[in-house]
Amino acid sequence: MTTAPLDKSSPLKRSLSDRAGLSHTAVFWIVFCLVMAALIAAPLILSEFWRRLLTEILIWGLLAMSSDLLIGYTGMVSFGHSAFFGLGMYGAAGALLLVNPPNLWLAILAGLAGAAGAALFVAYFSTRLRDIYFAITTLIFSQIFYVIIFTWTSVTGGENGLIFTRPHLAIPFLYNARFTSTTMHWFVLAIVAASYLVLRRVTQSPFGMVLQSIRENEPRTRAIGYRVERFKMVAVMLSGLFAGLAGALYAIQNEFAAPDFVYFLTSGETVIYNVMGGVGTLVGPIVGAGFFHLMREFLSRLFGDQFPYLIPLGIIFIVMIIFLPQGIMGFARRWLNE
Amino acid sequence: MGAIGQILHAIPVDLLIIQTVNGIVAGMILALVASGLTLIFGIMDVVNFAHGELFMLGAYLGFVVFVTTGSFWLALIGSSLIVAILGAAMQIVALRPLIGRDPLNTILATFGISLVLQNYALWQFGPVVRKIPEPIGSQFTLFYLQYPWYRILVAVLSAAIIGAFWLFLKYGKFGIWIRATAQDRTMAQAMGIPVPLVYTGVFAIGAAMAAASGVLFAPMVGVSHTMGLDWILKAFIVVVVGGMGNFVGSIAAAIFISLVESYAAIWLDPSQAVIVSFVILIMTLLFRPTGLFVTPR
Repeated sequence: MTTAPLDKSSPLKRSLSDRAGLSHTAVFWIVFCLVMAALIAAPLILSEFWRRLLTEILIWGLLAMSSDLLIGYTGMVSFGHSAFFGLGMYGAAGALLLVNPPNLWLAILAGLAGAAGAALFVAYFSTRLRDIYFAITTLIFSQIFYVIIFTWTSVTGGENGLIFTRPHLAIPFLYNARFTSTTMHWFVLAIVAASYLVLRRVTQSPFGMVLQSIRENEPRTRAIGYRVERFKMVAVMLSGLFAGLAGALYAIQNEFAAPDFVYFLTSGETVIYNVMGGVGTLVGPIVGAGFFHLMREFLSRLFGDQFPYLIPLGIIFIVMIIFLPQGIMGFARRWLNE
Repeated sequence: MGAIGQILHAIPVDLLIIQTVNGIVAGMILALVASGLTLIFGIMDVVNFAHGELFMLGAYLGFVVFVTTGSFWLALIGSSLIVAILGAAMQIVALRPLIGRDPLNTILATFGISLVLQNYALWQFGPVVRKIPEPIGSQFTLFYLQYPWYRILVAVLSAAIIGAFWLFLKYGKFGIWIRATAQDRTMAQAMGIPVPLVYTGVFAIGAAMAAASGVLFAPMVGVSHTMGLDWILKAFIVVVVGGMGNFVGSIAAAIFISLVESYAAIWLDPSQAVIVSFVILIMTLLFRPTGLFVTPR
């Protein structure tokens, strides 16, 4: 995968900081706070429908961001993120159904545990392989989980999935109330923002640098003395954990877990978000998810609910791969720089 | 002695034989799909994610031609030709600009194509399963089953198509071009072989093979817009187990995996029998990552 140059000194930040005489970090935090402020204020302005959509976009963005760690930073295209997402979903669902009264944090922990299990399995087997072989095996692994979830009706509810009620938003000793769509949005936003900062820190850490060097030249990284397989395994695990977090959030927001989300299409859409938004940028995938879902909404308003929105979006996707491999963020960065 | 007799008695011989026949029939169709996939990969390093969708589209077009003309054989030929042209167009529009880039780009682009084709089929034909009747209705008795001759015919026809294609590769002028390009594309170009034309031709041939298998398969289960994904998954497994780009290996793997899946279906639910082939894949990746039917170098 040809990716944008490393994120360390983005032209956008450089040109802005040169003009204002600020350091890169300061510009980053200013932009980050502005975006956060906009997203915090958004639910107060938007109607119920758009508020829900925005929350969902954030969740899909988290899923896409988690797979960007593999696609953009390690150079491994995963077609199996639906497994982690789905296991996160079913993990959260299990905790909410079994524990009484349902506990929000327990649900998230269970979701993470479920995704970690799946990620361990996938990481162990598929990191031996590279490039397209990795893509194909992750796809097939996600189908294994799909078949198991789909056919194990007594535990997973089979085709119908699981339905449960949303837990209270409970911060121990401080706050305990039902979720409203606004607090749900803030809760999701907080988790997504925290995940973004963690992932950004990871990609800038020595560990992240090794991942990027695997992407650039795997044999050389191995020759230098890094245990490439271990780094890849940890990368897949980490990516799977964040995908599972997204799954748990999705389950809590929508109060159900369904096998459809473990199906391969979810993985495919995750890859689409990444390519549309721009791989290797972390923010790009969120932008891509937003673009995808807004386009979908726009198309179904324009042509009706039955309109096969994936046809125009698929064509846009192909065109972007050919002409705009850096995605929206890469394009915006280049354009702002000129 | 008694215990061994009991075990031997517990083996359902009739079921095993029936499932062997089923497995070989399914394996031949799968081999037809997978050999197109592996050919495309071997020649131009393209992992054709849309291959299952070409299979599905072939089945739908076969249905359309069948409804208008009433002839199954016209449907088989017509649908293969139309999908071959479509495949060539796909290659020229979406894949030619990607030559020279990382193969991962092609998997993404063909994934985009598969989304478009699948949703087009859903939009055009709706979610109802369409059915093409079997061209020959006669049956023979296999234990307690009335087994349709058509299935045997499908296996024979698939083998014939694969065999004809092999002869074409071996002796045909274009076939020799294809093999030359597979060996060394720069050298082939230097010798005056029109490599871009070979690429487009190979994609068209692979697409036609997928469409033919789609039409052959259609009378057995029916045509739906989701059938492509099942088959692309199976074909991927076959191609990896057989060794990526290895023509003979993928045919052997197709029959092997279909047989194992049919035997597993004796004791498991068919939807769970798929897991057996997943397990074969994992085992292959662990112990023989270059493919089961390749001697590791």
